[in-house]
Amino acid sequence: MYSLKGKNIVQLNVNKEIHDVVIRPSDVLLNTLRDQLGLTGAKPGCENGDCGACTVLIDGWPVKSCLMLTVEALGKKITTVEGLKNVPIQKAFIEKFAFQCGYCTSGFLLVCHALATIHPYPPDIVIDEWLQSNICRCTSYEEIGNAVRAILSGEI
Amino acid sequence: MPKTGIGVTVIRKEACNKVTGDAKYTNDFISVGILTAKMVTSTCAHAAIKKIDIAQASSLPGVRAIITGDNCSVIYGPLLEDRPPLAHKKVRYYGEPIALVVADNEFIASQAVFLIKVEYEPLPVVNSPSEAIRQGAVILHENLGSYKTVVEDVYPKPGTNICDQKQIRKGDIQKGFFESDIIEEARFILPQSDHIAMETRTAQAKINADGTVFIRSASQAPHGIKKEISKVFGLEEGKVIVEVPFVGGGFGGKASIQLELLAYMASKAVGGREIKIINSRENDIVTSPCRMGLEAIIKLGASKDGKLKAIQMTYLVDTGAYSDTGPRLARAIAVDCTGPYNIDNVWCDVLCVYTNHPYVTAFRGFGHASYTFCIERMIDKLARRLQMDPAEFRKINSLLPNHTTPTQVKVTESNFGNLVACIDKLKTLINWEEGDRLEIGNDKIKAKGMACLWKTSNSPPDEVSGVFLTFNEDGSINLNCGCVEYGPAMKTTAAQILSEKLKMDINRIYVNMDVNTKYSPKHWKTVASMTTFMLGRAVLRAAEDVIRQLKSLAAVVLRCPPENLEVEDEKIYVKSDPAIFLNFKDLVHGYKYNNGNSVEGQILGRGSFIMSDINVLDKETGKGKAGPYWTVGAQAVEIEFDKKEYTYRFIKAATVMDAGNLLNPSMAESLVKGGMCMGLGLGSRECFNYGPEGEVLDTSLRSYKVMHFGETPQYLVEFVETPQLDSPYEARGIAEHGIIGIPAALGNALSVAVQAELDELPLVPETIWRIKTGGVL
Ligand code: FES
Ligand code: FES
Repeated sequence: MYSLKGKNIVQLNVNKEIHDVVIRPSDVLLNTLRDQLGLTGAKPGCENGDCGACTVLIDGWPVKSCLMLTVEALGKKITTVEGLKNVPIQKAFIEKFAFQCGYCTSGFLLVCHALATIHPYPPDIVIDEWLQSNICRCTSYEEIGNAVRAILSGEI
Repeated sequence: MPKTGIGVTVIRKEACNKVTGDAKYTNDFISVGILTAKMVTSTCAHAAIKKIDIAQASSLPGVRAIITGDNCSVIYGPLLEDRPPLAHKKVRYYGEPIALVVADNEFIASQAVFLIKVEYEPLPVVNSPSEAIRQGAVILHENLGSYKTVVEDVYPKPGTNICDQKQIRKGDIQKGFFESDIIEEARFILPQSDHIAMETRTAQAKINADGTVFIRSASQAPHGIKKEISKVFGLEEGKVIVEVPFVGGGFGGKASIQLELLAYMASKAVGGREIKIINSRENDIVTSPCRMGLEAIIKLGASKDGKLKAIQMTYLVDTGAYSDTGPRLARAIAVDCTGPYNIDNVWCDVLCVYTNHPYVTAFRGFGHASYTFCIERMIDKLARRLQMDPAEFRKINSLLPNHTTPTQVKVTESNFGNLVACIDKLKTLINWEEGDRLEIGNDKIKAKGMACLWKTSNSPPDEVSGVFLTFNEDGSINLNCGCVEYGPAMKTTAAQILSEKLKMDINRIYVNMDVNTKYSPKHWKTVASMTTFMLGRAVLRAAEDVIRQLKSLAAVVLRCPPENLEVEDEKIYVKSDPAIFLNFKDLVHGYKYNNGNSVEGQILGRGSFIMSDINVLDKETGKGKAGPYWTVGAQAVEIEFDKKEYTYRFIKAATVMDAGNLLNPSMAESLVKGGMCMGLGLGSRECFNYGPEGEVLDTSLRSYKVMHFGETPQYLVEFVETPQLDSPYEARGIAEHGIIGIPAALGNALSVAVQAELDELPLVPETIWRIKTGGVL
């Protein structure tokens, strides 16, 4: 646990790099990543935990960064979409037409990537459960399902 | 994957940017020192503003300016000028912007918003379109008569809440009903709903020292913003520069202009400093324009042998507190009001009415998903009364070449396509012959319903598009166009068309993803599924322009007539002997002879397109042509209904669409499915619930529910291809149409399952239960 008051310089471990950021106790991780580190892959969609566009990985687990205080992420490994370097799910999203406008894509990519890492052989119900956290307004979801199944099956 | 042309699946040009976080949307342009503007919005749906107390907020350190309606006398609107950017003296909807705070950052701006106290004197509300036209209804716009109309065909009725009326009079309605053996009548209610593009609307503004205004916005209409800002604030058009980067979904909601004006006003209030204004999800839902609501009363008659004879319709479009795009939606409904059926006697009134609801704008389908629900429910009701198969009933009444539409346009195979073929294919796809209602045990019923759709565009008759082509020295091409990339891959389609025409590798064609009105040729708005048609035509012309120039230069070098030459694979060769050729790269920046002498300069291509042959509809009869062609299709939904719980789940959703000619098959399929998914949401859950005082109750994604992963059916999508002769490579627009018939097909399936007439949307279990049981426990 950390205790902060006023503005502080703290260190964040993002995409395997250590960065200094200035935060107030009430600062939200999504805003710190975007405004201070220029990591704009995580998007605000509702800032209320309902849409998942802001999803990042915290120690490998998907977390809605609009619901996490920056201080809560201290000492943890944060992965944003910018930290995904040619992982299979990116290719799968392209080949399976799993996005259109692309706004929800970072969030979905991270959820799918984490799912494949944490549950390599998930039953359908687990896939549904994991992917229900995010909203895509452009696709029919089928394409996203196809993409995640393509990496789980090793097709991509 | 093939690298050239059309009819092949092509990966979208910006794919890589979108899977790496590299694609930048308006809000991702973060600059140091940018100020934040934030709105104070109304908590009443209808009230006089007694007082706005900004004293406390103004004294907060870091607050740079506060603007209220008193500081700005502007009143604007795309069709009828009835809307102040900030409410003046009166608020007319819940969520209406009242004041604008400009502060150093979000944190301070939010505090200031909290400290601004608004005193209201509530007024009676108009809470539905039928209330709006009732005798003695409260009038929202007492000055309606003095508002300026921007286009010639809006017809406001001063002293009422009607801001426009469109009508269709075709044939003889009395005679039609007289000839009808069976007449069905019903009333429909469809509340407003919202776009919920994942990127909320947002804008940035800066006024430079030389008076140039720079706007960056999440918009479908950069050129429209430029025009509107220059008009409203009296600026020279060339001094307004609008840039639109990637847009995170539009669905029509970003075709209207709102935050851009506020952004300009905010920047002006702080001496031109750069400011940003970002909609919270809550503001995006209520403050910015939403999707129209609709009430309808329809009477439909047919002869015993199942021929439709007459239709009488009154549609009330809930345009909310301001007109914005409402009158165009009213027109779109009037134009296609019968659905794709041949009916000789048509009487239709569409009233666009003010209510104290959020105001409305375009939404995927442009009014069609709404009225189609009503028409297709009517068709099903009548088919059942006639004891005819609903599919067969639709087939025998389908519009065919030489029939005329409600606005008396002659149908041709090219402008309409083949609906009968779509229905036939759909029947196979969904296994229609199996029957539409099966009891499958455990109180479960499996049921199917279908619906047909058609849609033409309702764009201005002089809408333009344009393309510039420049070459890189290596012979590759830069394609510059003014349409916005918000999802449907229209830029990729443009590249495909160019690649096909020049027979060159699509990977050697680079397309500008952002639009800047200073450099990009005008493309009116990226809307109405018209981009392939309009931009495509401009691309073809630009391609012809460069081919002509390349051939004439190569003809000089190769000493042959230009008509002996052919273009392919970045080469110009002699038709009779392809071994004699020149490479693009040796020509596109001028040709240099061995001794250094050079001729010609850069090859610059241009292509321009203007819509032709579209006209203003006759005020009395509606006669006239609203759009260049229709896209038609047939859709079906299969559900499993639980008789005890009134719940249901989707099993299958199917679409067969006449695409003319498929340019990018996988993309087309995916666009159609996306529309279907949204249609299932509209049919099953999406709507605004209003409180008794007209306040919108569903203002966050917690209570406004959209479709989620795992709730979706199996999607079945197929196409019919009836060439549209005047379109680039005979393709029809298909980007929005997937949504149109789905709520209707769902309504029909559920009505069959429940054995009740479900004439409202959305069909949540509670609504189904209420209609089925009369609300008696
Ligand atoms: S922005 Fe975080 S869940 Fe929507
Ligand atoms: S791709 Fe647009 S929201 Fe998912």
